[in-house]
Amino acid sequence: MTEYLLIFISTVLVNNFVLVKFLGLCPFMSVSTKLETAMGMGLATTFVLTLSSVCSYLVNEYLLVPLGLEFLRTIAFILVIAVLVQFTEIVVHKTSPLLYQILGIFLPLITTNCAVLGVALLNIQEKHGFIESAIYGFGAAIGFSLVLVLFAAMRERLAVADVPLVFKGAPITLITAGIMSMAFMGFSGL
Amino acid sequence: MIVAIAVLGGLALIFGLLLGYAGVRFKVEGDPVVDQIDALLPQQQCGKCGYPGCRPYAEGIVKGEADINQCSPGGKVGMLALAALLDREPKPLSSEHGVEQAQMLAEIDELNCIGCTLCIQACPVDAILGAPKHMHTVIAQECTGCELCVAPCPVDCIKMVPIPEAVKTWKWPYPGVQSTPEYSPCDN
Repeated sequence: MTEYLLIFISTVLVNNFVLVKFLGLCPFMSVSTKLETAMGMGLATTFVLTLSSVCSYLVNEYLLVPLGLEFLRTIAFILVIAVLVQFTEIVVHKTSPLLYQILGIFLPLITTNCAVLGVALLNIQEKHGFIESAIYGFGAAIGFSLVLVLFAAMRERLAVADVPLVFKGAPITLITAGIMSMAFMGFSGL
Repeated sequence: MIVAIAVLGGLALIFGLLLGYAGVRFKVEGDPVVDQIDALLPQQQCGKCGYPGCRPYAEGIVKGEADINQCSPGGKVGMLALAALLDREPKPLSSEHGVEQAQMLAEIDELNCIGCTLCIQACPVDAILGAPKHMHTVIAQECTGCELCVAPCPVDCIKMVPIPEAVKTWKWPYPGVQSTPEYSPCDN
């Protein structure tokens, strides 16, 4: 049990995917202008990441490894993730129009999110079991959402702040992201 | 090599079948015609057609309750576009649903405004800004010119002014349809 908790804490804070591993930076920059959209993106990513890390573990363990086809990992995982995202979109569209409206365009956007593929590949690299993979994926997604929401809240305040003209727009965003990343480095002492 | 191709192909096939099944099983029954009609309507939400907004009117047309000539802000061009879309006979705009006129903009005479918020409640697109006992004003970019705020005003301080046609305010006439030679949108 402690082991699982350790994996969770470590992926959320210490080895945060966005700020420490620098994966999934494109949604971090582009979807963080508004708090609501950031939450929607976080929700969608959490769902897809957890599911995809489990599914890619299953595909790897019961299909690729027994047949000695480990070299197909990347392409097989991309296939799994793409199908999963598409399937989720279809089901959500039918069962919950409200959730579909919130998630909307973010779901397809996740297909090309490098953090999703990164989690699947890192799971194999670190030789995680089934439950460990699920927790690793879930932790990574929670970390991603946490950072995204924090960053969006900051950017909402930055939008009305009196920023010097040369720093307005992208520069101050990147500086903020850099400072946040440095702040998260502090967690490595945990 | 052959195993690799077979595995990847098999995986793709299974996933394809899964998605295909999901596509049929979880099909969303929308009414694409309503969306198409809604896209042709001017989205003023003025209610002159007798429906609370543009989308209900579009649904009314599809159900056969409403005729295509009830939208006066859309004008003749809009009616012709609807007739073309639904393959119906064009008919003149019905006079009981208002007359076609140029795009207008509500303007509040701010000296006379008493801050009663009645016009705010009437505005279908939330284009009026104000608070009780404070002066109200119209957000010009949001105003659709539906005239719904004029009637509730107790001091008659709202008037509709036509938008002067300048380079910055000119846009393609509603709805965005290709003009045909005999019904060019420019000649009305």
